Amino acid sequence: MSASVDAPGLAAGTDLWRTVARTVRRNAWTLGLLGLLVVLLGVTHAIQPSYGAAGVESLAKAALPVALVAVGQAIVVIAGGIDLSVASMMALTNVTAAALMKGTSDEAAVLVVVAVLVLGIALGAINGTLVVLTRVPDIVVTLAMSFVWAGAALLVLSTPGGAAAQWLRDLYNGTVGSEWLPKALVLIVVAAALAWVPLRRTRMGLVFYAIGSDKLAAFRSGVDIRRTKVASYALCGLFSAMGGLAITMATGTGIPVPGPYTLASVAAVVLGGVSLAGGRGGLVGVVLAVFVLRLVRADLVFLGIDPNFTTVIEGLTMVIVVMVGAMLAMRSRRG
Amino acid sequence: MTEPLLHAIGVAKRYGAVTALRDASLAVLPGEVHALLGANGAGKSTLVKILTGAVHPDAGRILVRGQERQVHSPSEARRTGLVSVYQEPSLIPDLDVAANLRLSRTPLESVRGWLSKLGIERLDPAHTARELPLATLRILDLARALAIEPDVLLLDEMTAALPADLTEKVLEVVGGIRATGRSVIFISHRMLEISELCDRATVLRDGETVGVVDMNEGAAEEIVQLMLGPGGINRPEEAAPAAADVQPADGGRPVRLSVRSVRAGTRLQNVSLDLYAGEVLGLVALEGQGQDELFEVLSGSRRPDTGELVVDDRVVHFRHPADAIRAGLVYVPANRVDALLMQRSVRENISLPFSAALRRWGPIDMSGEASRVDGAVDRLQIDTRAQSEVRRLSGGNQQKVTIARWVAHGIRTLLCFDPTRGIDIRTKQEIYRLVRELAGTGAAVLLYTSELEEVQLACDRVVVIFGGRVVDEMPAAIADEPTLMRAAYGLPPEAGAQTAGVKA
Repeated sequence: MSASVDAPGLAAGTDLWRTVARTVRRNAWTLGLLGLLVVLLGVTHAIQPSYGAAGVESLAKAALPVALVAVGQAIVVIAGGIDLSVASMMALTNVTAAALMKGTSDEAAVLVVVAVLVLGIALGAINGTLVVLTRVPDIVVTLAMSFVWAGAALLVLSTPGGAAAQWLRDLYNGTVGSEWLPKALVLIVVAAALAWVPLRRTRMGLVFYAIGSDKLAAFRSGVDIRRTKVASYALCGLFSAMGGLAITMATGTGIPVPGPYTLASVAAVVLGGVSLAGGRGGLVGVVLAVFVLRLVRADLVFLGIDPNFTTVIEGLTMVIVVMVGAMLAMRSRRG
Repeated sequence: MTEPLLHAIGVAKRYGAVTALRDASLAVLPGEVHALLGANGAGKSTLVKILTGAVHPDAGRILVRGQERQVHSPSEARRTGLVSVYQEPSLIPDLDVAANLRLSRTPLESVRGWLSKLGIERLDPAHTARELPLATLRILDLARALAIEPDVLLLDEMTAALPADLTEKVLEVVGGIRATGRSVIFISHRMLEISELCDRATVLRDGETVGVVDMNEGAAEEIVQLMLGPGGINRPEEAAPAAADVQPADGGRPVRLSVRSVRAGTRLQNVSLDLYAGEVLGLVALEGQGQDELFEVLSGSRRPDTGELVVDDRVVHFRHPADAIRAGLVYVPANRVDALLMQRSVRENISLPFSAALRRWGPIDMSGEASRVDGAVDRLQIDTRAQSEVRRLSGGNQQKVTIARWVAHGIRTLLCFDPTRGIDIRTKQEIYRLVRELAGTGAAVLLYTSELEEVQLACDRVVVIFGGRVVDEMPAAIADEPTLMRAAYGLPPEAGAQTAGVKA
């Protein structure tokens, strides 16, 4: 009777059933989200019978900047931190890209994209270095830096302006192959895979999970905590810059005011099954969560409810999801 | 004399006003198991941190094979040939075993080899560290360190919290390292293990190395004398003449706490016991026999599935630790971190229970509180040099603060869960004495211990739990280690031996 409790220490060989059961159990949250997304798509279609390929494309477009920044946020949270400056970094990289692309050739715009991505890495690295050097909590440092980056964005462009290269805009608009496969969705999948594969298959990913799970044990296992932490923030900066470029793609301009992306990214991370305490969760769930939250927002619009209400929903979602997650964790510990 | 593999010379370290190490030296020769000993606060843990690179010394040199070494992290120490196994396993809880080994770049096959030598034959590497029991984690941590084949292996309280069969294997494997010409630094509070296993011992007292002892006949005596210092107190055997002068509990005394057929979770099956006023009742069990759940139930942090608790002839239902405290049941956990506010002062930690209830949130009676706190601090001889923050006290002193808060509160029933784990002999003796004194004033004490010799040092009576049930009960006077060991393994008393089991 107590076998399932006592067994882990001295488990018998893994038979197939056990492996399958464990895989399902470990990914239960992600599978649940996938189910939720399917149900929501059905609900959306019920509310708005015309919702089809065009709807999916606009959903993917709306999800693109959020998904990119949420992936970056997830990396930091997995490594035991949090970055509240992501929206400001997006604004800063967005206006930098737009300002630099104004009046430049398509070839030069490629250099601009590279430069903006490097800028994102630098911004994130500065965040991480400050956290590590000052030993001030992540929340405080990144909250303070969010004002610094937002101010810098206004210095670059005091009013919305700038331009985006046409090829960059073409990368965003339209579909590839089937009308059901928007380019924005492809971008999301590629970007998420770019982060997810190294996170799962390299030592870099391993050390992110390690310092997020137990800093002392990681230190004793030979992990350089400080460098790892800076690296996680630098990656978050990179993905924020990608999010900023996504805004440039979408609007064709630079907007020097941070959008509501910080809350959205944290909400997606939490709903995506990443533990805010660090060390647990993956990126697939986070990306699914972005779609779920965007779809809820779309449904509210279809239902004629004020879309501003979505921030209320996203805020409440965070509290409820963290609470439910803690309750599930407690129950599995008891059982 | 052969050149030491690892040689620390004149190491010193201060933390603010507190001098942790004054002048410590340690020379570990090739192919020896070298014990590092010292009372709590002697500077042992600071020296360990310096050796492993976690802390940088203010003065002194560390030589590895005659070469001066500068390290700033455990990974750098590992490159110079020193690997440590800490008291708390250093495995990442959310990573599975395979990923943990990958993280520390240890080959799985070699770890498996050591695991089987250590008595763990099958371990599924897909389990996360969080899912494994503590004893398995500690063995895994050791196997991982062994697989690296370091020149010097540092084992900090390796056998604490291990069941006896695993302890035996660990000692066997560690002893076997000698033959390879590599060395072990062995830190333990269990003198018996040290006499059996170690070749030499370095003794620290008050931040200085006060002696290096060859482990032969009578060495244990010498070590205890060195640790206690001039004017030290008695040896453990003479220290607490507990059971001898205390009559066994009988119906003449009131039952303070009665546990009736309590069952909780999967491990605590059915335990009934009576705790009398004025007695110290020992509780002995191997790891994971339900004792953790029993203490959770008694301290009000868990509700039993079935069964009931009777305190002073009244059935009680605890929904919160506050309910248990109100009923006079107070709990001293093994892990001090669970009980103390590490960043607050000794005074606040001791007085917290007075202020806990909402209706007492008003102004603090400063002088009244001060006198109660001072009384408790005096009584427990707490070293208050670093009293502004409890986390800066040594482990032994922290444990004393945990007990002191309840002494200041006026104890009726004290529940101690392995209160002397990882604590030096002198502090242990003070805790035994305190527990005896409390019983002398009419308090009832339930004392779970993982160190069997403590039963005869501190208790009147002992109950043995195995498989979630009480399997034996006996007066402490006849509860010697072999008897308890047999009972704890669920074996009947040895035929021909004295009839130990006095079933009540």
